[in-house]
Amino acid sequence: MPSRVGKYTIQLQTNPAVLGYAAVVGKKEGEGPYGQAYDQCHADTTLGEASWEKAESRLQNEAVHIALHKANLNNTDVNCIFAGDLLNQCISSTFGLRSLDIPFLGQFGACSTMAQTLAVASLFVESGAAVRAVAVTSSHFCSAERQYRYPLEYGGQRSPTAQWTATAAGSVILGTRSQYPTASIGLQAVTFGRIVDYGIKDAANMGAAMAPAAASTLIDYFNDTGTNPQDYDLVLTGDLGLVGSSLLDDLMQREGKDIRSVHNDCGLMIYDREKQDVHAGGSGCGCSAAILCSTILQQMDAGKLHKVLFLGTGALMSPTSSQQGESIPSVAHLVYLKS
Amino acid sequence: MAQKASPASTYAKDMLLAFVFGGGICTLGQCFLDLYLYLKLDEKTAGAFVSITLIALTAVLTAARVYDNIAKYGGAGMIVPITGFANSVVSPAMEFKSEGFVLGIGAKMFVIAGPVLVYSTAASILYGLILWFFHLY
Repeated sequence: MPSRVGKYTIQLQTNPAVLGYAAVVGKKEGEGPYGQAYDQCHADTTLGEASWEKAESRLQNEAVHIALHKANLNNTDVNCIFAGDLLNQCISSTFGLRSLDIPFLGQFGACSTMAQTLAVASLFVESGAAVRAVAVTSSHFCSAERQYRYPLEYGGQRSPTAQWTATAAGSVILGTRSQYPTASIGLQAVTFGRIVDYGIKDAANMGAAMAPAAASTLIDYFNDTGTNPQDYDLVLTGDLGLVGSSLLDDLMQREGKDIRSVHNDCGLMIYDREKQDVHAGGSGCGCSAAILCSTILQQMDAGKLHKVLFLGTGALMSPTSSQQGESIPSVAHLVYLKS
Repeated sequence: MAQKASPASTYAKDMLLAFVFGGGICTLGQCFLDLYLYLKLDEKTAGAFVSITLIALTAVLTAARVYDNIAKYGGAGMIVPITGFANSVVSPAMEFKSEGFVLGIGAKMFVIAGPVLVYSTAASILYGLILWFFHLY
């Protein structure tokens, strides 16, 4: 059974096992530094579909199918699927997963969705409510642009602090430890973040809005567990990008928890920032999902990484709230993975 | 703190590029004007033809997915002239085609250009009223 440690952290006593994982990405991500690590790279951003939303749904569907295949499982073996995305009413998840016939619980955590779905799935498995559960999320540059910003062909300029929404999906399948005692990667603890809002209003600078939320959750976790950044091999944030990452490092230093030597950010990893012209880095649910479900879990499987704090970061605004002049509330959820 | 961590826009470079691209478009317009005048059109008709030509050219470049890539460098130089207006109408029309001809293209075509139309019409009425008022005396 899960048990509470400190004020905000939940310890997973049984260490739920990672049975399989997969990352499916678009062209630009495939050309990025980790192009070789993904399970599938689509050369066509439309994925041959008639709309961007259909393309994103397919990304998510493929991510689940590949992960199931790698884990040697069928859809009927899964008790519950937790999924979310950035589009209104989470249509990428609902349309992408409708053919799977698995009990579905939609999640919205903006770009923190990978950590949120993974954390909730791990609690289901830990408590025995599910023997096997799937966490999956996706984002698509084109579907996000049309919902949050401008039409693709509009000739506007991007701010240097803007981030590029990744066209990507990632999924993880978790299973009860008693049934999979030899699985190499397990989940040790989760910390759900509180909503933090320091009054940043610039929707083209979400890294700055999310950094305080990331710092808050990290500090909660370190305080609750009595550990330090140096106790871990990697503190992996979701999509803080260039601005948010440096702000987080500063904020953590002020709190006396210097993470600079172990910190990396999926938004800085997914693209070659200079060559691929993505300004402050990548973002979107799919950004952290694709990095976690490819190179990070692969390195953990291979024994190159052992203790990883994965911290999904989400900016919880909508185009409506931004137009009404509201600031950007943010949240960050933490999952501790160990191999 | 957030401001300090955020890289600023390169204003000098941006302004220079906007000047070059915006000036380039205006020069192109002047070339068309000279051409139409050479073809014996009267000045008023030639001016209208220049606008039509630039709008058509932008529509084609937008449809060919080229315009936004030029505007990435040209910035305000590509937005301020009539070409920017044409791009702001054609790009949503392309984008929202997937929602159909009525609720997609029809409803969303002026999603960016709409405010310009509303306030330019309102401003023209205001100026008209001012002009009319002064002509009374």
